[in-house]
Amino acid sequence: MPITVSLTVNGKPASREVEPRTLLVELLRDHLGLTGTHVGCDTSQCGACVIHLNGRSVKSCAVLAVQAEGASVLTIEGLATPDGTLHPMQAAFREHHGLQCGFCTPGMVMSAVDLLKQNPRPSETEVRDWLEGNLCRCTGYQNIIKAVLACAEATAPAASAG
Amino acid sequence: MYAFDYHRPASLAEVARLLASREDAKLLAGGQTLLPTLRQRLAQPTDLVDLAQVDELRGLRAVDDGLLVGAMTTHHTVSASPVARRVIPALAELAGGIGDPQVRNRGTLGGSIANNDPAADYPAALLALGATVRTNKRAIRADAFFTGLFETALDPGELVTAVQFTRPDRARYLKLRSQASRYATAGVFVATFGTAVRVAVTGAGACVFRWTDAERALAADFRPDVIDGLTLDPGDLNGDIHASAEYRAHLVKVLVRRAVNQC
Ligand SMILES: Cc1cc2nc3c(=O)[nH]c(=O)nc-3n(C[C@H](O)[C@H](O)[C@H](O)COP(=O)(O)OP(=O)(O)OC[C@H]3O[C@@H](n4cnc5c(N)ncnc54)[C@H](O)[C@@H]3O)c2cc1C
Ligand code: FES
Ligand code: FES
Repeated sequence: MPITVSLTVNGKPASREVEPRTLLVELLRDHLGLTGTHVGCDTSQCGACVIHLNGRSVKSCAVLAVQAEGASVLTIEGLATPDGTLHPMQAAFREHHGLQCGFCTPGMVMSAVDLLKQNPRPSETEVRDWLEGNLCRCTGYQNIIKAVLACAEATAPAASAG
Repeated sequence: MYAFDYHRPASLAEVARLLASREDAKLLAGGQTLLPTLRQRLAQPTDLVDLAQVDELRGLRAVDDGLLVGAMTTHHTVSASPVARRVIPALAELAGGIGDPQVRNRGTLGGSIANNDPAADYPAALLALGATVRTNKRAIRADAFFTGLFETALDPGELVTAVQFTRPDRARYLKLRSQASRYATAGVFVATFGTAVRVAVTGAGACVFRWTDAERALAADFRPDVIDGLTLDPGDLNGDIHASAEYRAHLVKVLVRRAVNQC
């Protein structure tokens, strides 16, 4: 029995009829055409599909579309400003070569953005721990960590002067 | 994924009615175990009953001698809760070490213990802290709740509503994580209540269990080396591509010694 889901995606209202078994990531990719969110596994372990649901990072392959009724969703497409200026995290990934093939990147970026929201000045260990749920097959993580730390450096509220 | 009908009831009474009236209804909590299972077509329920709107399953608060945690409380909420950190810090720390941040943002206490994965973390906390599982029908002591591999004492149509934890004098949870899955290759929860000591082991056997020999030795003398002469029988433990049963037997001992040291 199809169900209508109404939610906000990247600041805009969206409403679609879906089957209950439709995953949130399928709603985003197949129904709304937002293919920046990737699917890299069947087991909810890779993190390619990470988005923000009501302000917190989650794996959109482990949430049903119907569970997002009334929710606010932010995807990688919603990060840059409308004039195309990259979000500081996206800019840092580009600057520090935090990607090679780019498959894991949307999930990495969304996860890292959530980290800096919780913890604006993480240590390297905290960044590595936080990205536990995001797998990358290319970079060896080194430049991803560098990018996240550089973004924190550039955007964190200045530590109290003195 | 096979098709199913979806329900989002707002009360426990409605949940019970749905469970009783549908052919093969399953509860949906955080979905972090159930949805990957369905994606791989390893289960085919006729209906999913989403617990997200049921207020009675929410909340985390200090009670007389411990904590009362609603079934739908996420791992993140427990790990970040100032109340949990103050009353039972080892429990908050355990919750903060489950899976990854995204799993912790969705996964729940009720879902974890109802699933009773042999390598899950919470079952060790419940067993070592002598917790009580509250359901929509009764109260079940942790010692009687975890009955076997992915098995619990829950009856069909029965659901976990909350868990009541008693505050220990000292407690510590340590695990060696599987690099691939983040679950415990082995994990131990050590807790002391007055002169009594409880030691729960997860990840090593088919189901979480108490290592009573270690408990007795530690109750007599709470020092790491009192368990040096004890052994767990590898015949009772799991061996797989990640770790042999002999390795797990050794690992449990190492973890118990460290946990006692850090208590
Ligand atoms: C990548 C990854 C890593 C993980 N790592 C760990 C880890 O390190 N340690 C660990 O312990 N766990 C780990 N998990 C599992 C995670 O903790 C799950 O959240 C948990 O096992 C299930 O909780 P849930 O709320 O998601 O339940 P769901 O997936 O929604 O449900 C699980 C089962 O419990 C039943 N159920 C749910 N709620 C209730 C209730 N209130 N009463 C009765 N039955 C109920 C459901 O019907 C279902 O059968 C991991 C999961 C993933 C995807
Ligand atoms: S697609 Fe791999 S975690 Fe969601
Ligand atoms: S850049 Fe290729 S998987 Fe990460």
